[in-house]
Amino acid sequence: MIDIIGKRYWYFALSLLVIVPGLISLALYGLPLAIDYTGGSMLELRLPSGAAPSSEEVIGIVGQATGFPTADIRAQPSLQGTLIIRTREMDAATQARVMEALRARYGDVVLERFESVGPTVGAEVTRGALVAVAMASLAIMLYLTFAFRQVPHAFRYGVAAVLALLHDVAVVVGTASIFGKVFGWEVDALFLTAVLTIIGFSVHDSIVVFDRIRENLLRYRGEPYERIVNHSILQTLDRSLNTQLTLIFTLVALLLFGGTTIRQFIATLLIGMISGTYSSIFNAAPILVVWEKREWRTWFRRPAEQPVP
Amino acid sequence: MRNRNLWLALIGLLAVLALWVDFTETRIEIGFLGLQREIRTVLGLDLQGGIQILLEADVPPNQLVDRGNLEDTRRIIENRVNALGVTEPVVQIAGTRRIVVELPGVTNLEQAVNTIKQTGLLEFVDAGATPIPEGTTIRTSLDLPITGTAPVTATPSLAPTPSLTGTAEVTGTAPLSPTEPVYRTIMTGRNLRSARPQLDEFRQPEVAFTLDAEGTRLFAEYTSRNVGRYLCIVLDKKVISCPVIQEPITQGQGVIRMGSGSTLADAEALAVTLRYGALPVPLKIVDTRNIGPTLGQESIRRSLIAGIIGFATVALFMILYYRVPGVLAVLALSLYTALVFAIFKLLPVTLTLPGIAGFVLSIGMAVDANILIFERLKEELRAGRDLAMAIDYGFERAWPSIRDSNISTLITCAILYVFGLNFGASMVRGFALTLAIGVAASLFTGIWVTRTFLHALLDRISARGHQGWFGL
Repeated sequence: MIDIIGKRYWYFALSLLVIVPGLISLALYGLPLAIDYTGGSMLELRLPSGAAPSSEEVIGIVGQATGFPTADIRAQPSLQGTLIIRTREMDAATQARVMEALRARYGDVVLERFESVGPTVGAEVTRGALVAVAMASLAIMLYLTFAFRQVPHAFRYGVAAVLALLHDVAVVVGTASIFGKVFGWEVDALFLTAVLTIIGFSVHDSIVVFDRIRENLLRYRGEPYERIVNHSILQTLDRSLNTQLTLIFTLVALLLFGGTTIRQFIATLLIGMISGTYSSIFNAAPILVVWEKREWRTWFRRPAEQPVP
Repeated sequence: MRNRNLWLALIGLLAVLALWVDFTETRIEIGFLGLQREIRTVLGLDLQGGIQILLEADVPPNQLVDRGNLEDTRRIIENRVNALGVTEPVVQIAGTRRIVVELPGVTNLEQAVNTIKQTGLLEFVDAGATPIPEGTTIRTSLDLPITGTAPVTATPSLAPTPSLTGTAEVTGTAPLSPTEPVYRTIMTGRNLRSARPQLDEFRQPEVAFTLDAEGTRLFAEYTSRNVGRYLCIVLDKKVISCPVIQEPITQGQGVIRMGSGSTLADAEALAVTLRYGALPVPLKIVDTRNIGPTLGQESIRRSLIAGIIGFATVALFMILYYRVPGVLAVLALSLYTALVFAIFKLLPVTLTLPGIAGFVLSIGMAVDANILIFERLKEELRAGRDLAMAIDYGFERAWPSIRDSNISTLITCAILYVFGLNFGASMVRGFALTLAIGVAASLFTGIWVTRTFLHALLDRISARGHQGWFGL
């Protein structure tokens, strides 16, 4: 029999190995917040074939058309002939001037997307986002405590599921920070949607394992808690992996063939789903065991205090 | 057994209905239910291209905005936007101080913004001896620089309309030729003090108005010299009504009779327009989104391909891994897809790119219920249970975890939906709604339909000797 519970601290360590670099990046560089949260304007343009401007050139043109200082303008030309320009908030008339200036220089430039968000809206969305995550966590914790009310210490199941969920949020947010630095990812309104979806799925997986523990606790009365948890994880392993696989299939299909505008959203979901399954099996259920045995009392004890064989 | 066939027939009927809805674009009317519905796919702005503008009351943040005023403002904007000739504009109040304007298919952002921001200009015009028909667009002396009267801008926070003739272009009327007569403007809406709707003695709606001191003087002067002639009330260069001057009006009060067939609501709308000249609540633009039509087309095509490939891989996996139950699950999944899409068209749910992602994702989730059940089924079979009993056990035992996990997903969906509602973030809302519908439908197809299929199959084959069919 595979012993997952016995190696629980190894699995916790693996989680930390993924989370800690992300948190360091978060502390150093923060989150690459998009205009949805900070306010500002974004233009996505398609250039006529052959036009391959440097970002400095584009910034110069946009600066002249808008009158914004060049420090407030960023331009990202791509090899596929698209050009993304980000500036502080601009109005419709200014946007028209920018388009005119770009067309004068590069010919038939097509505007694919223009977004402009005022700073007050951005601040509200940020606040709303935090409230939404907090509320979702709280609601799920309460529901689980209710759903497991017949099991001793029902509250622990809710807390363990939420800890696993926070683990996934930490993984995704940390990754977003690193990828923002490396690949120029941005955290937009969809990122929040992804995070909340991941929360939902992470709890899905935790519940399936917990549900089996709930059932086995009744069936194998008197068995050590540790063994019951381990047995429950193994019993649900097939299901967890298969569900994970089907989700990965659909997500990879969306990632490869879906719209470019949601590519980052899908990638975030994919990372979060994998983390969600991992955390349910290797974190949420082991946390129950740690809690049951109150192991934190021995965490900081010196090894020397243990009897030497 | 007979019961089972009944269920099978019902499921079949449902499938046929769903498929019919999926592949038709029509209007249905069910007379005795008073039901009337258009069956069609509603595409969001990000898929069809267009403009979304979020307007916010331009008042200090702690000052409350009167709901009635906001509603009046919404109505005026709707009228202006309708003049653009957009097929399905959406003008909605979002929260307590915002209005969302969505203009599908519109690409010119500057023109759209100007249309929304235009100030209504009310003029009293001297028509001379003959009335001008209602609805005619005319030129007035206000267009000409010689009069020296500045155009009315009731809301200082909004930019004055750059050129008032631009309004004529927006309404789609043919440009006016220079030879057309120019009517003299007696007075503008600036001199109006109040306007309210009322019914006259014949219960016909009309608008009563009062003028300020300057207006009273101008009006008295003009009406006493022009009894028997026509005075036209013109809004944004469009003639609203042309009453005859029956006697001099010296008290600064008067009424505007509405045309025949008008209702009190029309009078109310006119009174609102007269009162404010522009918008009752000053607005500023806080958020603009503009999606080009090509990007939307591309997104639809890509989502479709992604959906098909996603579905195919899931189907393949299920059949290879779970064999016969897998085939049944894929059948149920096809029904699920047809059903959910039919619900989208019937409600209707506006499909956005994240919404489609939610839908495709929910296909993966719909399978989850089946996987849970089939794993249980295998366990029960391994434990040596009889097949028919194993199926019932499998479903029963898998149910609590399916229930709990789906409820927690629905909780998240509800929170997301409320979040999206507060910020006019239609993207987030679309995703939450499609995912929630998907979860609800998957409970039905994943559990009830698959179970009926499995039992129906068992009624027809002997379970013994077919263990391999169940992937054992």
